[in-house]
Amino acid sequence: MTTVALKPATMAQALTRALRDAMAADPSVHVMGEDVGTLGGVFRVTDGLAKEFGEDRCTDTPLAEAGILGTAVGMAMYGLRPVVEMQFDAFAYPAFEQLISHVARMRNRTRGAMPLPLTIRVPYGGGIGGVEHHSDSSEAYYMATPGLHVVTPATVADAYGLLRASIASDDPVVFLEPKRLYWSKDSWNPDEPQSVEPIGRAVVRRPGSSATLITYGPSVPVCLEAAEAARAEGWDLEVVDLRSLVPFDDETVAASVRRTGRAVVVHESGGYGGPGGEIAARVSERCFHHLEAPVLRVAGFDIPYPPPMLERHHLPGVDRILDAVARLQWEADN
Amino acid sequence: MTVMEQRGAYRPTPPPAWQPRTDPAPLLPDALPHRVLGTETAAQVDPDLLRRLYTELVRGRRYNTQATALTKQGRLAVYPSSTGQEACEVAAALVLEERDWLFPSYRDTLAAVARGLDPVQALTLLRGDWHTGYDPREHRIAPLCTPLATQLPHAVGLAHAARLKGDDVVALALVGDGGTSEGDFHEALNFAAVWQVPVVFLVQNNGFAISVPLDKQTAAPSLAHKAVGYGMPGRLVDGNDAAAVHEVLSDAVRHARAGGGPTLVEAVTYRIEAHTNADDATRYRGDSEVETWRAHDPIVLLEQELTARGLLDEEGIQAAREAAEAMAADLRARMNQDPVLDPMDLFAHVYAEPTPQLREQEAQLRAELAAEAEPDSAAGSESEGSGR
Repeated sequence: MTTVALKPATMAQALTRALRDAMAADPSVHVMGEDVGTLGGVFRVTDGLAKEFGEDRCTDTPLAEAGILGTAVGMAMYGLRPVVEMQFDAFAYPAFEQLISHVARMRNRTRGAMPLPLTIRVPYGGGIGGVEHHSDSSEAYYMATPGLHVVTPATVADAYGLLRASIASDDPVVFLEPKRLYWSKDSWNPDEPQSVEPIGRAVVRRPGSSATLITYGPSVPVCLEAAEAARAEGWDLEVVDLRSLVPFDDETVAASVRRTGRAVVVHESGGYGGPGGEIAARVSERCFHHLEAPVLRVAGFDIPYPPPMLERHHLPGVDRILDAVARLQWEADN
Repeated sequence: MTVMEQRGAYRPTPPPAWQPRTDPAPLLPDALPHRVLGTETAAQVDPDLLRRLYTELVRGRRYNTQATALTKQGRLAVYPSSTGQEACEVAAALVLEERDWLFPSYRDTLAAVARGLDPVQALTLLRGDWHTGYDPREHRIAPLCTPLATQLPHAVGLAHAARLKGDDVVALALVGDGGTSEGDFHEALNFAAVWQVPVVFLVQNNGFAISVPLDKQTAAPSLAHKAVGYGMPGRLVDGNDAAAVHEVLSDAVRHARAGGGPTLVEAVTYRIEAHTNADDATRYRGDSEVETWRAHDPIVLLEQELTARGLLDEEGIQAAREAAEAMAADLRARMNQDPVLDPMDLFAHVYAEPTPQLREQEAQLRAELAAEAEPDSAAGSESEGSGR
């Protein structure tokens, strides 16, 4: 029996490896964006790609997000598979018209004749002390746009697997990279063939019986931490990592909530009009008779992303999650 | 001795010598729009090309009037007419090789038709049938683009991709004067020039963006002057002179194909009709202005040239009109049939594989359609009760 040597690797390294493997496997894969070439990206996710594959395959573009995405549309129209980087969440907003008016609906408007296989990498979320416009969680905007897939990894292995799956997808994928997990390490063997997760499947990260925490991306480790802390209260929390916001894995989520009878949705972006409202509604529709309490949301406040010195008050933390779980118990007892 | 005296006289280090990256002079457009018809150079143009342009212009005008009539009959939801601008539309289609790509805006159905697209397919979007009635890859015509100037970066990306693949392909992108104010116009031109992409931008300056005239749109000397700031040549052409538009676009396409990079062409023309049938042009412009431009009609200009040189007689004019009339009759007949749409297509092309959520909605609609189709018992007993 051979033992595979697992080495600690960061999410950023796994993403780089995924890009490299995708480019090596398929010459039509092109990486492009501001600073992705010589610099290797401001987060170094594209490090070494220009050197290995040439500047035609890993291209430093002019600083213009609409132009980056708009030209990528044209490249995809001609049969390439562009992977564009938006550098920071809020920097993607100038590209929204291209995203919503063209990327998301090209397949539909041409009745399937012209699919757009492109991946849009968006480093997102807070917790890294970024100044204004560097910490937004924009997933609700993407989720609200039919025609886009929206995925976000929470582990090193998923970062690799989901990015490979996104690049292989014949449809456009918004690939949300939790910035504060870039340097998180897992034991991962970068030399072994890696699993590629199909887009659209959630996973139970931690089984439990008292309540389900439904979460994704940067909030997954926080929920796992909360679940550990909850043991002191005698609660056994299940943590479901969605991985994919579109399509949504109703099956895994509903199965979990039916088991536990209680659910809290946890995410960083604002609660009003946020992903949690949609998720809570879906859970209520499917699990109403199994629920012991209303589905609660623990989200960021409904404010513009705060300055770094105040962001810890905004981001859902362990205590806020445990408070919500306590409210579930109260609802159940009354 | 002070410190300054010890160091000697203060001599600042001169900055590195500055030089412009590109000599702007060769990029500047001519002072006046380029013209061919009615000038000495017209004699050098291939007579066959002139006759072909003429036939297409007459056909194009008839297409515009027929499509406008179809809006009045309720057969089209909307039609943005290119009457008066046919020279730009036709020349844009004729300068391209089959392997090249055309990126039209919503007003450029005629360019697509002149390129060979079935007139009915070209009108699919405007009749309220599916958004794009043709396979863009098959015809190498991108979908008619409604958002302003957003098709320009697509043209840049496609031509860039073609060149990366080693294919000899040029993209020609059409945009209006209003579209030049959009950010995507700027970003597309900048990318094209930096990457030296084989793409040609044709601005059809027809005087108005719905109601807003050019002098409220830009302070630039001309729209062609904008090219210089990006480091590409700008050309100014009389947009009603089909021979001139064809010549300038041909030069630009040849330049692009040879690896010379992009060109911005401004064709000065005029929108004779209102923006669309929903617009009232009398609110923002006078009849006399329109009449001035009617006197400079692209068909009349070419007809005068051809007849003066003995290249066209009454018989030829009649033949062109009859060909146009036959196209219009065929278009009328086919547009007067109600299109048959399959409601289940709503879910067919959102993703390669519908999401589980879309499958649920698909099942819901299928059940609704089945209920509509079947004479259900409740409605049946009601009609019996009413004696019908």
